[in-house]
Amino acid sequence: MTVLRKMGSDKTGPEISRRGFLAGSSGLTFAVVFAGTGASLMGPAQAYAQPRALSAWVAIGADNRIVIQTPAAEMGQGSMTGVPLALAEELDADWSKVTLDFAPSEAETYGYNVRGSKSMAIVGSRAVQMYYNDVRIAGAQVRRVLLDAAAAKWKVPVSELKTEPSVVIHGPSGRRMTYGQIAAFATAPKVLPKIGKDDLKKPAQFRLIGNTRMQRRDIPAKVNGTAQFAMDVRVPGMVYATTVHAPTVNATPVSWNADKVAGMKDILGTVKLPKGVAIVGRTFEAVRAARDQLEVKWKAGKSRTFDSEPELETAYAKVAMDPKAKTSKVAARGDVKKALAGGAKKFRADFRADFAYHAQMEPLNAVVRFSPDGKSVEVWDGTQSPDRCRETVAKAIGFKVEQVTHHQCYLGGGFGRRSLADYAAEAALVAREAMRPVKLIWTREEDVAYGMFRPQNYQCMEAAMDSSGKVVAWEHCIVGDGRNLVTGGMKIPYYQIANQLQELRGTSHGLRLKHWRAVAHPFNIFAIESFVDEMAAAEGMDPIEFRLKRMSPTPKLAKTFEMVREMSEWSKKRPEGRALGVSLSERSGSLGAGVAEISLDKSTGKIKVHKTWMAVDGGTIVLPDGARANIESGINWGISSMLQERVTIKKGVVEQSNFHDYNVMRMSDVPEEIHIEFVKSTGKPTGLGEIGNPWLGAAIANAVFSMTGKRLRHVPFTPERVLAALKA
Amino acid sequence: MVAFTLNGKSVSVEADDNTPLLWVLRDHLNLTGTKYGCGAGLCGACTVHVNGAAVKACQTEAATIKGAKVVTIEGLSPKSNHKLQKAWIAEQVPQCGYCQSGQIMKAAELLARNPKPNRAQIVAHMDGNICRCGTYNRIIAAIQRASQEA
Repeated sequence: MTVLRKMGSDKTGPEISRRGFLAGSSGLTFAVVFAGTGASLMGPAQAYAQPRALSAWVAIGADNRIVIQTPAAEMGQGSMTGVPLALAEELDADWSKVTLDFAPSEAETYGYNVRGSKSMAIVGSRAVQMYYNDVRIAGAQVRRVLLDAAAAKWKVPVSELKTEPSVVIHGPSGRRMTYGQIAAFATAPKVLPKIGKDDLKKPAQFRLIGNTRMQRRDIPAKVNGTAQFAMDVRVPGMVYATTVHAPTVNATPVSWNADKVAGMKDILGTVKLPKGVAIVGRTFEAVRAARDQLEVKWKAGKSRTFDSEPELETAYAKVAMDPKAKTSKVAARGDVKKALAGGAKKFRADFRADFAYHAQMEPLNAVVRFSPDGKSVEVWDGTQSPDRCRETVAKAIGFKVEQVTHHQCYLGGGFGRRSLADYAAEAALVAREAMRPVKLIWTREEDVAYGMFRPQNYQCMEAAMDSSGKVVAWEHCIVGDGRNLVTGGMKIPYYQIANQLQELRGTSHGLRLKHWRAVAHPFNIFAIESFVDEMAAAEGMDPIEFRLKRMSPTPKLAKTFEMVREMSEWSKKRPEGRALGVSLSERSGSLGAGVAEISLDKSTGKIKVHKTWMAVDGGTIVLPDGARANIESGINWGISSMLQERVTIKKGVVEQSNFHDYNVMRMSDVPEEIHIEFVKSTGKPTGLGEIGNPWLGAAIANAVFSMTGKRLRHVPFTPERVLAALKA
Repeated sequence: MVAFTLNGKSVSVEADDNTPLLWVLRDHLNLTGTKYGCGAGLCGACTVHVNGAAVKACQTEAATIKGAKVVTIEGLSPKSNHKLQKAWIAEQVPQCGYCQSGQIMKAAELLARNPKPNRAQIVAHMDGNICRCGTYNRIIAAIQRASQEA
């Protein structure tokens, strides 16, 4: 086995010796042919009948098979099924004959409209809510094309035709043609028919939307190991790579022991990356072993002196109290200063939250292959943003976006982390240097150490009541890094308090921060709903009564509180050692309220959530079981993160490295019961991927207060913090 | 060279003795249903059966499986119709799905040993397998459903 020459050295400095790799790799050739995308959702038996495309979205085969392009990245949230289900509804398709394929990563055709441009980013629980209207129209258009074709064939007015699932029927004569029969002769018009609002089905006509029996299409492949994640893609001639990024975030590599590493078994060489070093080899186990031997000298980044814990406890707190601190307004209503000054009763409280990590099960990875002429590149990446992946890769290697083809794969968890393709860009840089296809995998340790985190933050709340006890002034200030990564969810449109002010006091550490499930809502709602609970207790009122009577809730919010009060039998006495806490949830247009039943081991400080009840207003629920699963997932995510998840940083270095010190929920931590109900609605669908988790922090803390009279003010509620609170 | 029985067939692989079984399966034999999650025996995404016992393939060196019977998710049943796989679909368990091969293999070991586990036994047996999507409640329901099948 040839051991290739090293690609850089301490002597020559960081520049890559491209020639070294070229010379060493002369015995290897490019694989020219690779059939299939490696990410098709169709089984081989379905792949040969060529269905006729009747629009960019729909193709129908003579065998009645309907192929719908699904534009939604699938990371477990079910949108890959939910979005085309809404299309199939208006197409009046026989869902059992529908197969799905991932839409090409072309936002012009398959993107939704957002702020004047097209995007395929599946972030912010957008998939169903953003695509709902467009795909229903797309389905209705194809149905109209089929109707027009049938009308022409039969020489009858189109108004005499109707459809049943995948069949066109001429009412007066009773003649029938299947969609497959029509597709055999129909052609797609250059301009698709115009569909108005009245051409769409009324909710009462829905067969598929809202049908509780509809199952997710990705599940069968996920119980037998055939679902293809980027991690599973293999192309001929592919080699493996892994990376080492600087221990202090955003440092850059200066030099490394390239000779030693290149001399290791099955190692081909090393490649300098903008923020790290990649090791390339014939097997993953080889590059993983070499990673342990790699020694890199780094130029430290801005974060090198950052210690997260003292920073939060002292520096952030100081900024929060400093009247002269630079402040930017997030939202304002009325005159909060005046209302606070004139309030009959005043309240004040502070809250804190730590950094948190995504911990998606599939470590970040991508496969990249250049074409033999080097003029185009293919990327296999399970990504939340296929269009951004193409842009990111193109930018990294100096290509135009058109030169980058992206093949979507299933995502082994996204949670906001997989909307950036930084790792795919690295894979492209490595593949270009290595002159062959590369699968680049970040180890779990790398995924943690070079993570992009939910930012830590410090929050101050102030409020005032008028003489009747109604809350009339509300001020919420947050100190943290990352702007919208800390300010999301501060606004409280659901509480129509007359005078409000939300503001940000920014700070900056040079850390890598990122959207995380529900972004900033989990800690902001923790602060908001803990604070409300505190006022209710001070007033000696029932927490739900207080919210309904004193917080000016919108009717929509009031309804979810009333629902969850009934669901949880809120007033019923609980067994000894159990207590309830309540909170609202809000995210991506959806609103909800939840109740958690907890116990607390006062000797260890360990909290256990036993039961949860949640009422959710998510508008029209397209895929009810998928929606329910999403919320169950969110609830468990919320419990996990609020009880134990924290990243700490010392001298710029992330202190955690794997699942032994970044603890996520295990089966023994799940509630025995999770109850979910949806508000009946025909409103437009709103996001459900992130409505499940934001309420858990406050609900748990409020339950602990109800049980002990002590407030938990810092998430996560680790046993040490709980014990400290109990002693306070 | 490592020779063993994989899903009922004899295989031999050019791999070092200390290569983890996980990479033998995934990269040498191209059976990718078994997943890399942590590489440290902490998450269970790589769970397979060796001589009927669920093991973490990332912690199992190739040398230790010489001559052994290894079963992966691909070999659990001929047509993906193991009662757990059917129950997993009926309960719509997987979300992202990345951990589910490991979950199913771990659960299959449980049912082979204890056909009618109660909830506490299920939880105790499955506690080493992480599901970041939090599908645990449905995993429990699916195991219970499968255990009620004849």
